[in-house]
Amino acid sequence: MALVLTEEQSMLRDSARGLISDKAPVSHLRHLRDSKDATGFSRDLWKEFSEMGFSGLLVPEQFGGSGLGAVEAGIVLEEIGRTLMPSPFLATSVVAASALLRGGSEAQKSEHLPKIAAGSLLAALAVDEGAKHRPLNTKMQAVRSGNGFKLNGEKAFVVDGHTADLLIVAARTAGSAGEARGLTLFLVNPKTKGLATERTIMVDAHNAARIVFDNVEVDADSVLGEVDQGGALLEGVLNIGRGAVASEMVGLSEEVFGRTVTYLKERKQFGKLIGEFQALQHRAAQLYVDIEISRAAVLKALQALDADIGKAASAVAVAKAKAGTTATRAVQEGVQMHGGMGMTDQFDIGFFMKRARVCEELFGDSNFHADQLARSRSY
Amino acid sequence: MSDLEQFRKETRAWLEANCPPEMRKPATSDGDVFWGGRNAKFSSEPQRVWFERMRDKGWTVPDWPKEYGGGGLDGAEHKVLREEMARIGARPPLSSFGIWMLGPALLKFGNEAQKKEHLPKIAAGLIRWCQGYSEPNAGSDLASLQTRAESDGDDYVINGQKIWTSYANYADWIFCLVRTDPAAKKHDGISFILFDMASKGVSTKPILLISGYSPFCETFFDNVRVPKSHVVGQVNRGWDVAKYLLQHERAMISGMGERGVGRPLGQVAADWVGTDEQGRLDDAMLRSQITAFEVDEAALAAAAERAVDLAKAGQSHPAFSSAMKYYGTELNKRRYEILMSAGGIDALEWESERSRGGARPRAWLRTKANSIEGGTSEVMLGIVAKRILDLPGA
Repeated sequence: MALVLTEEQSMLRDSARGLISDKAPVSHLRHLRDSKDATGFSRDLWKEFSEMGFSGLLVPEQFGGSGLGAVEAGIVLEEIGRTLMPSPFLATSVVAASALLRGGSEAQKSEHLPKIAAGSLLAALAVDEGAKHRPLNTKMQAVRSGNGFKLNGEKAFVVDGHTADLLIVAARTAGSAGEARGLTLFLVNPKTKGLATERTIMVDAHNAARIVFDNVEVDADSVLGEVDQGGALLEGVLNIGRGAVASEMVGLSEEVFGRTVTYLKERKQFGKLIGEFQALQHRAAQLYVDIEISRAAVLKALQALDADIGKAASAVAVAKAKAGTTATRAVQEGVQMHGGMGMTDQFDIGFFMKRARVCEELFGDSNFHADQLARSRSY
Repeated sequence: MSDLEQFRKETRAWLEANCPPEMRKPATSDGDVFWGGRNAKFSSEPQRVWFERMRDKGWTVPDWPKEYGGGGLDGAEHKVLREEMARIGARPPLSSFGIWMLGPALLKFGNEAQKKEHLPKIAAGLIRWCQGYSEPNAGSDLASLQTRAESDGDDYVINGQKIWTSYANYADWIFCLVRTDPAAKKHDGISFILFDMASKGVSTKPILLISGYSPFCETFFDNVRVPKSHVVGQVNRGWDVAKYLLQHERAMISGMGERGVGRPLGQVAADWVGTDEQGRLDDAMLRSQITAFEVDEAALAAAAERAVDLAKAGQSHPAFSSAMKYYGTELNKRRYEILMSAGGIDALEWESERSRGGARPRAWLRTKANSIEGGTSEVMLGIVAKRILDLPGA
């Protein structure tokens, strides 16, 4: 498949860009942050997003969605990356929808997917427990109890956790930390007794939560996929999320880079435009090359996910690692080349730096993914 | 089955039947590469068989028109052929500057007589070409070149010196930049001309490099007489041809190295360094350098694939080959720094049989030219800054 967007995909990009840049420029995020908005995103905007078919992008048509794939999800996330719009799109429409689609029974799919497509159900994946993303190290216990399971443990960095109507929780029904075997995914109602959610305001002013499970009881029907066999399902779903976040980082990098290059053409010092200085020209050119290469790696990964998710792991690891190091550089050069202005809260560049840091940690940082690549190549 | 799937099926079957097993391994020495030319010799029988079979299909130059000895494949078919060759690790049957550089320039700027004269001989490996671009005082500032071509009746008389002329001592013909109008501004007085290296007044002198090899020459022109009909494109507009050709040269150089073929670098390193009880490279710092390298290498491979697809879709920027040249050559230098580090003291041997005559350190030193030849990394970044980013005064 050619590594360029099809005509339909370009149209999707244009319509996403139109809506997002019009309704949710960076000032939208700034307003939500400064007003200490309790939801952390705009429900009105989410409604509009749903009406345009974005919330059900990955949901099959029989459940009321558009039945599109990872490439299309990446296109929307890239546009989100350009304005940093806080949105349930990643957690609900990409990650949770993929989990339900890939692991759900007919009953589970029929119950939840139409609501996701309609924008009326918000969901969140609870996987991380420690400071770093290590899904195989999941300790959270799910012990058989009566007709179901009892969940005990703590989850952190649950994106959109405090607004979710449905949690997808990774827990251990067997095995020990470090093993893929023995992981099981559960669908959990956040209102269940024993479950305590704390919204954690993060550096990027996006949504996340810590969730404590204290003898939370769920019935057997709440298992997503098969008991003890959730490792592969989780890995596939995480890989879709990683590809999507990598896309967001490409959009973010390109936006911050574009703003920086514009500044180089406007700002004068020593009687010259600072963009005339070769020290800055070469660094800008290097960053341009890295962004283009990251974009290619990410599109390659998204296409690989759509072609065969079971064989996409290496391409995804490359994409997330490369997009992460590139975004990290793009925002640092953005601040540096903007000089003192880049350090001010009044200026938008700092928002990009903060979001890039969060995207880098989300679903595994560049080191994690480089290590994954090495392991897959047996060294 | 679509036409393209049918083509893939047939191509796969043909390659399976016709590519000798010996030609399905990466080239490891100069002798493994067939360059063609008047004095060409095959280093092995499989090399000859493979070359002749591919030549007869026009697949030494798969995307050139059939009338000029090419395969007449369109972009999609050419990609399928490359993928199918990569699938079995098939070597290119013929390598030459004629294929990579002169051919594309002739197809765009040459007149019909020039195309008919030169392209089929490139495709058939009959003539080996070299590139007369750099001069002692015209390196990065190539357009300041001083080799003169003075008009004398139907001929030009050429005097001057070129340097870093790759394999000039083996080449049959040269494509050369000469100054035809010394009074004009430096970009406006240059012509692109072709002539036989056997012409009276041409001499070459190999330059010994830090690798101990002499792939480059000094090339001298002393009253070399060349018919005016050998100018490609318009007289004094040779810079247009030169720049177009450079884009192809840069694309070629960015693809150097063994990207994506053979074993991953980390496994090669493990042969020397060993692995720990968990199977990881037994040098944590080197391992992390290698993993970062392999991420960049895979990402660049995707970008190279995308560059071809963008060109096909008419969406590519003409200066993008400079971006790829910069990245690809810096990456290849990194590969060899890692290989030297992984090899440790074993990679230092220069002359022993064990080290195949110091193949690794010599290759390591050779890569240092990658970011100089065909335009330095700094020139490439300047081009990106000026032509793609539109930065002022660049």
